[in-house]
Amino acid sequence: MASGAIIRIEQLTKTYDLGEVQLTVLRSLSLSISPGSFVAIMGASGSGKSTLLNILGCLDRPTSGRYVLAGMDVSDMGDDELSDMRGQRIGFVFQQYNLIDQLSVVENIHVPLAYQGLGLSECRDRCEALAHRVGLSDRLGHRPKQLSGGQQQRVALARSLANDPVMILADEPTGNLDSSTGREILDLFSELHAQGKTIVMVTHGDEVAARATRVVQMSDGRIVRDVSRAQREMAGA
Amino acid sequence: MNLPMLLRGARAGVASLLLHKTRSLLTMLGIIFGVCSVIAMLAIGEGASFEAQERIRQKGARNIILRSKKPAGDATAGGAKRSYIADYGLKYADMERIRRSVPGIVRILPQRIEPKRVRFPKHAECEVVGTPPLYREMTSTEMVEGRFLTDWDEREQKNVCVLTEDLARTLYGHVSPLGEEIRVANRAFTVVGVMRELSRVYHTAAGGGAPASEGRVFVSLHTFRTHLGEQNVRRSAGSFQVERVQLSFLTIEFASENDVARAAPLIRHALADLHKKQDFVVEVPLDELRALEATKRLFSFVLGSIAAISLLVGGIGIMNLMLATVTERTREIGVRRALGAKKRQIVEQFLMETGVLSVAGGLIGVVVGVFFPYFLSWAIHAISGHAYRVVVTPWSVLLALGISVATGIAFGVYPARRAANLDPIEALRYS
Ligand SMILES: Nc1ncnc2c1ncn2[C@@H]1O[C@H](COP(=O)(O)OP(=O)(O)O)[C@@H](O)[C@H]1O
Ligand SMILES: [Mg+2]
Repeated sequence: MASGAIIRIEQLTKTYDLGEVQLTVLRSLSLSISPGSFVAIMGASGSGKSTLLNILGCLDRPTSGRYVLAGMDVSDMGDDELSDMRGQRIGFVFQQYNLIDQLSVVENIHVPLAYQGLGLSECRDRCEALAHRVGLSDRLGHRPKQLSGGQQQRVALARSLANDPVMILADEPTGNLDSSTGREILDLFSELHAQGKTIVMVTHGDEVAARATRVVQMSDGRIVRDVSRAQREMAGA
Repeated sequence: MNLPMLLRGARAGVASLLLHKTRSLLTMLGIIFGVCSVIAMLAIGEGASFEAQERIRQKGARNIILRSKKPAGDATAGGAKRSYIADYGLKYADMERIRRSVPGIVRILPQRIEPKRVRFPKHAECEVVGTPPLYREMTSTEMVEGRFLTDWDEREQKNVCVLTEDLARTLYGHVSPLGEEIRVANRAFTVVGVMRELSRVYHTAAGGGAPASEGRVFVSLHTFRTHLGEQNVRRSAGSFQVERVQLSFLTIEFASENDVARAAPLIRHALADLHKKQDFVVEVPLDELRALEATKRLFSFVLGSIAAISLLVGGIGIMNLMLATVTERTREIGVRRALGAKKRQIVEQFLMETGVLSVAGGLIGVVVGVFFPYFLSWAIHAISGHAYRVVVTPWSVLLALGISVATGIAFGVYPARRAANLDPIEALRYS
């Protein structure tokens, strides 16, 4: 399992230096995620879920420990290399959608491609196909402000797929949505998972846990429980 | 960065600026005014010296001009009225001496100029110019009809003359004066030509209440000498004075400007023992031109610097706008970083916006700035009646545009770097 893992972290520690005190947010975490999994990370607020996800997403660096993403050691990469990792291998979905207001739906989907040097004219088809995939074919020219929350999150999802990443990281993607809209978004994630995408999602809801192939429970910077669906089904049976 | 990427970036920059149209426009105004004032200031500086430069240039950059001057001590200023003879100025002998002792001379044009009165067919004040035929080659003149003086006129001391167009008009109206006889100072001359002087750079020192000249009569120098004489008698109540002057001007043309630079002291030296009194002056148009150019450079530099300060203020305006923009768009920057933007690409994005702002401001500034000086000149003329000349030179436009773009970019660097160096996580969390 370890060798084929898409994500492998070993003895990962994250400590914030707050001047007088050292705040350790992640304590010696080790975790492997195999391709095609749908991992739900759960835990109380402040337990370090977002911090972990940011490190997995190459947005943040661990204080110590090793992180290997898709066979590459990310731990001591420079800023530009990390940007490339994010731009080429990772798709982000945020709780606040984080679309760029002055850009249209298609243009928003295109942003990750733009940073890989592709002009919109070169990959408009791809962007429109992605919009179609999340059910927004008729909103291509709309601005984010003209869309509902659910629609915005769909755009964000399409955008996360633009560079055909090895995994999608989502930090409470349904946190700002009502339950039925949230469910539609989760359906989309399930669909992607069914198509073989690796998904790591931070969540509070049990509904996600039900869809996930694996649930990682965190508490105070540690993994306190790590259950795969197979184990769960066995336990439930 | 290649061209399509640049264009893409510029389009994105325009789109971002259009988000805050008023704010962007106001910021651009700073650059517009800056560019405009740089061009205007330089145009004023250029215009201020333009006419003086032209005048000097007409004297010829390869020429040195010697002018007879009444020595200060001989002036009639002495309270007691008495009569005397003043013998001063350049002599024929001087001309020969200069020709022998100063290297690089191509030719020398001697002139004798004296105000006289035309008595027939009408009374008119004029200047009689005694000159060899060379005059026409060495100055910018144009024959209207007839011919100019010839070597033969000179050798034979012919009583022929050439009139300037204005004088011909005064004396004969629209009838051709060719073949007519005019009478100047009790001498008759036959008119053989009418000419137009395109620029007149030699004048007699028309002081002492001499009446304004209505034109000029050209006769050969030799004729002047024998028929009009070298003595000029000026009478005033109870006294008279006689001035004896051989030549009014010597225009010495050199082969090159280098020869001119060396010649002035040599000329002074050559004439030193013949002219104990200061009875001539040496004009070196080249020196005047250089001095004027130096002054102009300084003038333009000072004016330009003042204007550049307003560009600087424009630049600070840009920086102010961009800093506000960076703060406002912190989260966007975080998002872009998360989606794969490198620091360099963030810098480029923001620099592109300042670039668009300053180039657009610069171009508008140039368009306004090219017309503004002429408007200013017109307004000054309309209000005060003074003709105020301005000259917009291409280099001033390029300079202004260059400075504006440079300012925009320079002041854009700090905000852009600030944006790029934001911590992506902090930026994403910003609300
Ligand atoms: N930049 C930071 N500086 C200091 N403390 C931080 C910083 N980021 C997060 N923390 C702290 O780390 C802990 C974990 O935060 P986070 O990973 O966001 O938790 P979760 O997402 O599970 O709610 C919290 O106590 C938070 O206050
Ligand atoms: Mg969190």
